[in-house]
Amino acid sequence: MTGVLGGLIAAFPTPVTSSYESIATVTAAGVETSLNFTSILGTYKSLQIRGFFLSSGGGGGSMRFNSDTGSNYARHYLGGNGSSAFAGGSATQTLMTTADQSGSTYNSVILIDIIDYASTTKNKTMRAWNGYDFNAAGSSTYMYSGLWMSTSAITSIQLGTGLFGGTFDAGSTFALYGVK
Amino acid sequence: MATTYEPIATTTLGSAASSITFSSITSAYTDLRIIMNVAGGGSSNFVQIRFNSDATSNYSRTSLIADGSTVTSTRASATNGLLNVAASGSVQPELILADIFSYSNTSVYKTWLSSDNSDANGSGNVGRIVGLWRSTAAIDTILLQGNTGNFAAGTTATLYGILKA
Repeated sequence: MTGVLGGLIAAFPTPVTSSYESIATVTAAGVETSLNFTSILGTYKSLQIRGFFLSSGGGGGSMRFNSDTGSNYARHYLGGNGSSAFAGGSATQTLMTTADQSGSTYNSVILIDIIDYASTTKNKTMRAWNGYDFNAAGSSTYMYSGLWMSTSAITSIQLGTGLFGGTFDAGSTFALYGVK
Repeated sequence: MATTYEPIATTTLGSAASSITFSSITSAYTDLRIIMNVAGGGSSNFVQIRFNSDATSNYSRTSLIADGSTVTSTRASATNGLLNVAASGSVQPELILADIFSYSNTSVYKTWLSSDNSDANGSGNVGRIVGLWRSTAAIDTILLQGNTGNFAAGTTATLYGILKA
């Protein structure tokens, strides 16, 4: 931004007024059974998770809130594997799904949005979009909706793979952002 | 908390052009996001993406598209990179949003997710793509190019940087 002050041309830095803030990042140092965000403050309107993972087991991605392992989750999905499109859903699950598949060489990338995560009057809904392309047939992209039937504010997020029976390879990284 | 999601560069075409380039991209961020409005009336509304001037077949993509009546999925290996599954081919604009993950990480191949949305009042589509560039090089240049012709005047593209904690 430029302005004129007393006949002089002055340059001003453009102020950064973003409402999108980085909260924390977790990276697998070695083989990890899960990656976790804890002590999440309720100071934002929404959360976003961006990241990628590698898993030698080839499993998909999963997520739980507040360490709840009960059958309090549900999901729906729409996806394609390069030759067919798929849609489906499952009720009364013990976790939510965030990714279709993975491998040990190519990144399986994920974008997750969790709206009104700090509400104590509403159940929580999330959306996730995942893609995994390994330059061959069978690559896929999927979109998910997920429901957690709880009015508790979300204070922790657990990310897993292989329906939590799998492991993340070293280097898998997820970053948590808050949106005001 | 660290504020992030910052604009790096933006381009608005004053006249028809075959491409838009973002160059000298700093590695100061974790991910990149491109938001593009492809103005209607161009001779080519398919958007190819190339990184670091690599015009070889180091790209692949898997797509999902709904055109108002059916949903299909297709893919192409060892090909060019694309950001949109189907162009509107009309006078209406098409919106494209692309996220490029870990663009400066020299240990991994580069993967992007892109979405395209177009509606021409009777036809249109919603598309999703996962794309792969088989290179571990840090991305410092992005070329957005029409596949057969020019983007129309008024086409805009903005590059954002997103930094993790």
